[in-house]
Amino acid sequence: MSAAAPAAALATGRTRGREGSALARRVRRAVVSVVVFVLLWELGSRLKWPWVGDAPPPSAVLKVWLPLLTDPGYWYSWYQSSRRVLTGFLFAQLIGIPLGLAMATNRVFNDLTFPVFEVLRPIPPLAWVPAAIIFWPTQESSIAFVTFLGAFFVVVINVLGGAKSIDVRYFQSAYSMGATKWDVFRRIILPATLPSIFVGAAVGMGITWEVVVAAEMISGGGGAIQSSAGGGLGFFIWNSYIGFSYPQIVVGMISIGIAGYISSSIIRAVGVVCTPWLRTR
Amino acid sequence: MSVVSDSRTGTRLRIKASEMRVAEASKSYGDAHFRTDVVKDCSFTIERSKLTVMIGPSGCGKSTMIRLLAGFEAPSAGTITIDDKKVTGPGLDRLVLFQETALYPWMTTYDNVLYGPRARGATNKETLELAEFLLNKVGLQAFRDKYPMQLSGGMQRRAELARAMINNPHVMILDEPFRGLDAMTKELMWEYYSSLYEENRRTNFFVTTDIDEAIFLADRLLIMSNIPCRVRAVLEVDVPRPRKLAEVVENDRANQIKMEALSILHEEAMKSFSRGSKAAADFVEAYSKRMKG
Repeated sequence: MSAAAPAAALATGRTRGREGSALARRVRRAVVSVVVFVLLWELGSRLKWPWVGDAPPPSAVLKVWLPLLTDPGYWYSWYQSSRRVLTGFLFAQLIGIPLGLAMATNRVFNDLTFPVFEVLRPIPPLAWVPAAIIFWPTQESSIAFVTFLGAFFVVVINVLGGAKSIDVRYFQSAYSMGATKWDVFRRIILPATLPSIFVGAAVGMGITWEVVVAAEMISGGGGAIQSSAGGGLGFFIWNSYIGFSYPQIVVGMISIGIAGYISSSIIRAVGVVCTPWLRTR
Repeated sequence: MSVVSDSRTGTRLRIKASEMRVAEASKSYGDAHFRTDVVKDCSFTIERSKLTVMIGPSGCGKSTMIRLLAGFEAPSAGTITIDDKKVTGPGLDRLVLFQETALYPWMTTYDNVLYGPRARGATNKETLELAEFLLNKVGLQAFRDKYPMQLSGGMQRRAELARAMINNPHVMILDEPFRGLDAMTKELMWEYYSSLYEENRRTNFFVTTDIDEAIFLADRLLIMSNIPCRVRAVLEVDVPRPRKLAEVVENDRANQIKMEALSILHEEAMKSFSRGSKAAADFVEAYSKRMKG
């Protein structure tokens, strides 16, 4: 064994340690943030502070939560809501991105679609729930539709705005270098809009979670299993409320928070990979 | 037609230079109620294989003239021709380098340089070699995989020169390309750009507001009047090439032309100053300081 190897290992270990310590610092701060929040909540609940005083303390929530972690019905609720969110989200991207791009690049198309779009956009997704329940064949499809609407308008507006704000010199230089319309679309408009697409996706993802939960509460969760844990997280919360299980309401709320955090983290991560030039700033 | 070759790689760049003519061109904006003539009855020639510099105060319509030459916009009246063919739109024979960078931020230096050939579906062994040759020429071989955001201002300008040259335009049109660079980098870019031009003798049209830049670079200097944009005077800058900045600064002929140009510019500025132009007031102030200095 050579003497250089451990020295080199030590050197790389040290640099890695330095990088690692930056990450470790951030993780430590995150832990501190969560712990302080939980402690304040516990304290406020026990000391009957105004407003928080009526909420169940985290200890009571945990007591209800722990057995639920082994309950397949609870995880089925996760699965149900996630599936609905993902369906609505994917359809919003699939329809919203091409629509936004078409509106940004074709004036006639924009003039024909924008007025209708702008009338429909301010209608809150939840206002669609009764209509969706009546007009869609299954409860599942009406929930998916409402979820889709939540993300759809944000996606279109972001793509439209992103594509319209592209520097005109990019087009001028591309056309003067002999680019075709298709090439400009593929290699100028699309990459230039990509950051806005990811902003739209991140915001849209947040809204789909808001919407799916509310839709499940109103429509009664749908699906085959009509127990307290199985109709989706929104239905889970609603059912806990009906059954006076207040700690369980909080379990449902925190579950949604965690689910939303995970999904937006995934979008951010994908966004960073897809737009490498923004990392250089 | 001249040929530039690189002995090391054997890459050869055949250069065709064109001549452009602007005849009685006008361009106005606005509607019937409020119409501004930005360019009016403007005529000049961009001579073949010469570096023509257009100088005039900011806001005198130079950028409008560039959009007309490039074909991004059509003149309201008059004609613009390249080798006696009328300009009807953007074309491969003319390329524009814009103020500040117009490199595509989402492409690496290499991809930016190759944009034109790829867009035309004309990438072959020869263009790939040419890309390497040009990257070497502008000194960016080590930065080929960097994004524009990672390059300095001077590097971005050089990358843009390479991106334009790979398309082998017959006329290069440059709109204040070195604006915004710091003084040192700017002077380096002058020498750099000038030597590129001396090597290939392409037809170049260079727009600027900087008199030192204009004198150092120009074969022919067009001095513009303020809005509407019109050629006020044409000076032949008969300073020998290749030019080095240290020499041109000391060159009596260059200084004589500079004084002549400044006095015409000053006169023009005074005229628009009396018409109440704020830009012209700034210009008069700046240039009278310069004349004293």
